[in-house]
Amino acid sequence: MFTALLIEQLLNGLQLGVMLFLMAAGLTLIFGVMGLINLAHGSLYMIGAFACATVAAATGSFWIGLIASLAAAAGVGAIIEVAVIRRLYDRDHLDQVLATFALILILSEGARWLFGSFPLYLDIPPLLQGAVPLPGGGQYQLYRLAIIGVGVAVAVGLYLLISRTRLGMRIRAGESDREMIAALGVDIGTLYTVVFALGAALAGLAGALVGALQSVQVGMGEPVLILAFVVIVIGGIGSIKGALVGAVIVGVVDTMGRFLLPSMLALTMPASQATTIGAALASMLIYVVMALILAFRPSGLFAAQS
Amino acid sequence: MNRETTVNLLLALLLLGAPLVAAGMGEPFYVTLATRVVVLALAAVGLNLALGLGGLLSFGHAAFFGLGGYVAGILATHAFNAEPLVAGIPATTSMPLIWITAVVVAGFVALPIGAISLRTTGVYFIMITLAFAQMIYYFAISWPAYGGEDGLSMSMRNAFPGVNTAKPLPYFLICYAALMATLLLFRVVEGSRFGSALQAARQNGTRLAAVGIEPFNIRLVAFAVSAMITGFAGALYADLNRFVGPSMLSWHMSGELIVLIILGGKGRLFGPVAGAMIFVFFEYVLGGITERWQFFLGLILLGIVLFARGGLLGLLSGKPRHV
Repeated sequence: MFTALLIEQLLNGLQLGVMLFLMAAGLTLIFGVMGLINLAHGSLYMIGAFACATVAAATGSFWIGLIASLAAAAGVGAIIEVAVIRRLYDRDHLDQVLATFALILILSEGARWLFGSFPLYLDIPPLLQGAVPLPGGGQYQLYRLAIIGVGVAVAVGLYLLISRTRLGMRIRAGESDREMIAALGVDIGTLYTVVFALGAALAGLAGALVGALQSVQVGMGEPVLILAFVVIVIGGIGSIKGALVGAVIVGVVDTMGRFLLPSMLALTMPASQATTIGAALASMLIYVVMALILAFRPSGLFAAQS
Repeated sequence: MNRETTVNLLLALLLLGAPLVAAGMGEPFYVTLATRVVVLALAAVGLNLALGLGGLLSFGHAAFFGLGGYVAGILATHAFNAEPLVAGIPATTSMPLIWITAVVVAGFVALPIGAISLRTTGVYFIMITLAFAQMIYYFAISWPAYGGEDGLSMSMRNAFPGVNTAKPLPYFLICYAALMATLLLFRVVEGSRFGSALQAARQNGTRLAAVGIEPFNIRLVAFAVSAMITGFAGALYADLNRFVGPSMLSWHMSGELIVLIILGGKGRLFGPVAGAMIFVFFEYVLGGITERWQFFLGLILLGIVLFARGGLLGLLSGKPRHV
């Protein structure tokens, strides 16, 4: 029974990791190509979740909602890029942090205005309801497995996009020398908008997928955003591979810490105390891991060459 | 006297005069509002030392603000219940003792955080300080002994010898004195050998190292001192509200502290003071007009970042003497 529980928790960790990868991939791509730190990425996640919940409620189909979430997040992302973000590329990090912090205030309060303060709920689509048996007894939610599948597919797709297509070639060129590719006749402004919208769409997808597991509400993006920061700091800012590895590390360490620490502490102290202290320590665990990794590799595991 | 000094003096007098008038007219609410300005300004003065002088964009100063607050809250709770702290040390409700504890605790927490974070630069530094602050935030939420998610209420304000702190005006004057003393300290530090080294570390760390001063040590001390000031402000803030909760530790708080500095003018002595005045004014005026005031605050902030660089002091007193 313990094995089954362990596998279940490992899969949960993997599922969290995959979610974080969808967020972190966009963040790290935007930072790598445009040199921009985007705090408002969590708001795009929220927009994806709200779009999916609203459209799914109106049409009765989760799948149309999912498409809507991609479209809404990419659309809002493109609008934000053209209206605001574009003016920030040449500014220092302080201005970028402040402007995107202002965007969070605007988008969060705007969402509360439109949708109210009450959380929305999103049902898991019928196709993905149910559970699959695990080795060693026990069952696992099919929907969570599907999320892991989507994450893997996105990782492969991003890899192919960046290494095999013309757009990917331009993105890589933009990372290494933006003046040069502009001089070679690539419309750098459009490229930036496309990259930003792509990152936004991935965040929106993550929001929509998680929306069916949790409630959809204002502010849901912020904890995820900060975890995604931890991910890209661990992985090395600008590196998609780093984002994937970092996301899996953070997802698994966080989930396993919450699962194992209380029971491990229970061996040495009374159970009620162990639960409290274990939970408190588990909530700090990923930051300790991050500090350890940075103490040895200050620019992350897979630092992109700058 | 140059223009910036005149503006500073006017701001200091306005900040002192307005609550005195309000108290005279029997409007204690405005005195409390002014105290809020003063305490937020003090917290931002701390951050301004690291951010303005040292160029260290810490996105985690809420951690120190909240720690200072929790020190005040925890000591007061223990003293109220007559429980000793660890190892039989008695708790206290004396403000000076609480302040010293808050400052020491903030400093001791800032040293390891700074030592790890300062190994990195740029955007890594921003994210790591943010992550450490979140670590403390989540710890406070999941640790039930001191209120966890609900926070900690204090039944009464802590005591200051010879002053009735329960009344708004005396408490305002204590905070105002603390702010002015800290601004004086800031001015002294800025002009000192250490301050010059810190600003040199911001402008060019390699050159500073070439003249034989290790930038890392300078930055670490600046980060710790900056955290101590912010921790002090946190203790005052807890006493002002007679409440301390995880929201003081949240990353919104860190963001707001940066916003205060930018609204006022980065690296200027009175920048945080001007920023806190505008911020609380917006919060109060917009908050009175619409429930959605944060939406408009966001728009204003965005406008300032995009179009009005240099903040209020930049507008009022022209370019700084040196950039």
